Amino acid sequence: MITAGIDCGAKTVKVLILKDGRVIGKSLALAGFDTKAATEQSFNIALRGAGLSKNDIQRIVATGAGRLEAAFLAKEETTEVAADARGAIKLFPSARTVIDVGAEEGRAIKIDRNGKVVDFAVNEKCAAGAGAFMEAMSRALEVPLEELGELTLKSQRAVPMNAQCVVFAESEVVTLIHAKTPKEDISRAIHDAISDRIVSMVRRIGLERDVVLIGGVAKNIGFVNSLNRDLELEVKIPEEPEFVGALGAAILAAE
Amino acid sequence: MAQEVRTTGEYWRWTESRWNDPDIDWRKAKTITAGVDVGSVSSQAVIMVDGKIFATGNMRTGSSSPDSALNVTNWALEGTGMKIEDIHYTVGTGYGRVNVPFAQKAITEIACHARGANWIYGPTVRTLLDMGGQDCKAIHCDEKGKVINFLMNDKCAAGTGRGMEVFADLLAVPITKIGEVSFQIDEEPPAVNSTCVVFAKTEATGLLRAGWPKEKVIAAYCSAMAHRVAELLERIGVEKDFVITGGISKNIGVVKRLEKELGIETLKTDFDVQLAGAVGAALFAQALLKKHRSAA
Amino acid sequence: MIAHYGYKDASGEYFIILDTEKCDGCGACVDACRWGVLEVGVDPNNPFHEEPIVLVTEEHRNKLKYSCAQCKPVSDRPPLPCVSACPNGALSHSW
Ligand code: SF4
Ligand code: SF4
Repeated sequence: MITAGIDCGAKTVKVLILKDGRVIGKSLALAGFDTKAATEQSFNIALRGAGLSKNDIQRIVATGAGRLEAAFLAKEETTEVAADARGAIKLFPSARTVIDVGAEEGRAIKIDRNGKVVDFAVNEKCAAGAGAFMEAMSRALEVPLEELGELTLKSQRAVPMNAQCVVFAESEVVTLIHAKTPKEDISRAIHDAISDRIVSMVRRIGLERDVVLIGGVAKNIGFVNSLNRDLELEVKIPEEPEFVGALGAAILAAE
Repeated sequence: MAQEVRTTGEYWRWTESRWNDPDIDWRKAKTITAGVDVGSVSSQAVIMVDGKIFATGNMRTGSSSPDSALNVTNWALEGTGMKIEDIHYTVGTGYGRVNVPFAQKAITEIACHARGANWIYGPTVRTLLDMGGQDCKAIHCDEKGKVINFLMNDKCAAGTGRGMEVFADLLAVPITKIGEVSFQIDEEPPAVNSTCVVFAKTEATGLLRAGWPKEKVIAAYCSAMAHRVAELLERIGVEKDFVITGGISKNIGVVKRLEKELGIETLKTDFDVQLAGAVGAALFAQALLKKHRSAA
Repeated sequence: MIAHYGYKDASGEYFIILDTEKCDGCGACVDACRWGVLEVGVDPNNPFHEEPIVLVTEEHRNKLKYSCAQCKPVSDRPPLPCVSACPNGALSHSW
C-alpha cells in the first residue's frame, strides 16, 4: 500500500510517502504566506522523488496547524499529537514520552507501547513557549538560527534571563549585549529558558522513558543539551526529526 | 505659579514638566512630605506642604534609579528655596521604589495609584486601569482610595505600551497618531485574533498582504488590545467611576473601544494623571509622618 | 484586600489569589510548597498592615504557569499543596 502524510506546520510543510512501511519519498518546503502553494510544491517534489504520480497514492492524511490548507489533496486529517505519537513509536519502539517543539507550539505527549496517546500538554498561543522564541532571539542576537545552538558550546557561564515574554526578552538580550555579555553565554541563557518551559510541560504529563525529541529544534545542539540537563537523561533524536509528524500521518493513512 | 514644560520625542508617553506654588510659604509648614515615583520610563516627584501640593516634577528616568529620584525631586524644587533635606518624610514608589535614597519607606505603585487617583478624581473612583509602557495594572478601590482588589501584569507585552510600539513600528505609523488613524476606517473590522504580540504581528502582515489598508489593521489591533484589557478588568470587577492612567490612556483608539466594550465611560481630569502614583506616595508619607510623630 | 499575583498571557490566566484579610502569615503554604513559589513578608501593597503576610516571590511571579506545573498534572489533578495547607482558606489559583 502507498500512502502519504502531509504536515502543514506554521513555518514549513513536510510531505512523506510511504510504501509498505518504507519511506520512498519526502520533501520539505517553507510555508511562506501561501501554505496551499507550498503544500502542492512539496507534494510534487516528494512524488517525483518516489517516481510516482498522484494517482499512485492510495490514501493521504494531513496534520499540522495548517492542515486545512491541504484539504485539496488530503481527504482525511489527524491531530499533530496523534501523528507525532505514531511517527515516534515507529522510529523508537521504546518511546513513552514525545517532545515536539514547533514554531508556534510546544507539545509533550505520553504514549503507550502501541503509540497510543495517553496524555498530552501543549504550550500554545504564547510565542515564549515555542520555537518562535528562538527565532526572535536569534534576530536580537544577530546570530543565524542554525548557529545559535552551537554557540552555547563555548559558554563559560550561565547568565540569568528574567523576561518571560518574547518582546521583553528581545530588549533584555539587547541590554545584555550592551553590557558586553558574551554572545555564547546569552545563547546558553536563551536555550535554558526555553528548555525550562518545555520541561515543565513534560512534568505535567509525568516523565517516562524513553524520551524522544522531534521537530526542527531537535537539530539544535544547544537546546538538546539544556533539555538533557533539565531532564537528567539523554533524549533520543531521530535522524530526520522534522519529518516525524508527516511519517505518523502516512502510517495512519496506511491503517 | 511657576510652570515649565519640555516636550520629549515620545510625547504620547509623557511630557517633562514641573510646577510649583509660590504662594505657599513652606518655611512655616508643619509637615513637608514627598512622594517619588520612579518608573521604568519616567519619574515623578510630588512635594506636599501641610497637605497641599507645593511642587511637582515629571521627567525621563535615567539609567540609575537613585539618580533619577534625586534629579526629578531637585528639579521640582528648583527655585523654591526648599532642599531635599527640608522634607520630613518621603515615600518611594514605582518600579525603582526601593532605590530612592532619601525615602523612609517604599510602597508599591498599586497602593499609591489608588490613593492618588482618589485624591485627583475624588472619592467616586472605584476602578483604576494603569496602562504603562511595560505593564498593565487594574485596581478596584473603595471611597477612601484603599485597594480592595488588584492585579498587575508585567509578564506579557500584549496590553502594554510596548506591544503598541511594536505595531506602530511594523506599520510605520507614529505612535502618537495610532489612536486617530484607527478611526480612519469605513467600518469597524473584526479584532486581530492573536493576543500574543509576536503572532499578532504575523497576522497583521498577512492582513496587509491580503490588501487591508493600514488604518484597518490598526483598528483591528486597537480592538484586540481593548478586548484584552477588558478581560483583565473583569477579573477584578469593573465599577463606576472608572479611570485610565498611563501612556495608553492617551491612545483614543484603545480607550474609546474599551469604553464601548465595557459600557462605561472613563472619568476625565485636567490634572496630570501621570502624577497619580507620586501624589499617593506623598499622601502616604503624610499619614506615616503623623503616625511617626504621635508615636515619638 | 484581594491580591492577584501572576499574569495573563495569550495562553491563559495564571494568578495566585490571596485574601489578605484571611491570611495570618502562618506560613503553612510556604512549607507545603517544594518549589519556593511562596514566602512570608511585609505586605508592600498596604503600608498600614505591619503583620507578616504571604507573598508570591518575585522570581516566580512571572512564570507561575511553569513553576506550578509540577502540582498540576494534566489528568487526575490532586488538591494543590499550598491551597490545602492553608488553615484559613486564604489562597486560591485561577487555573
Ligand atoms: S508573553 Fe510575550 S510572547 Fe507570550 S503571549 Fe505575551 S506577547 Fe506573546
Ligand atoms: S501549586 Fe505547588 S508549586 Fe505552585 S505555589 Fe502551590 S505548592 Fe507551590
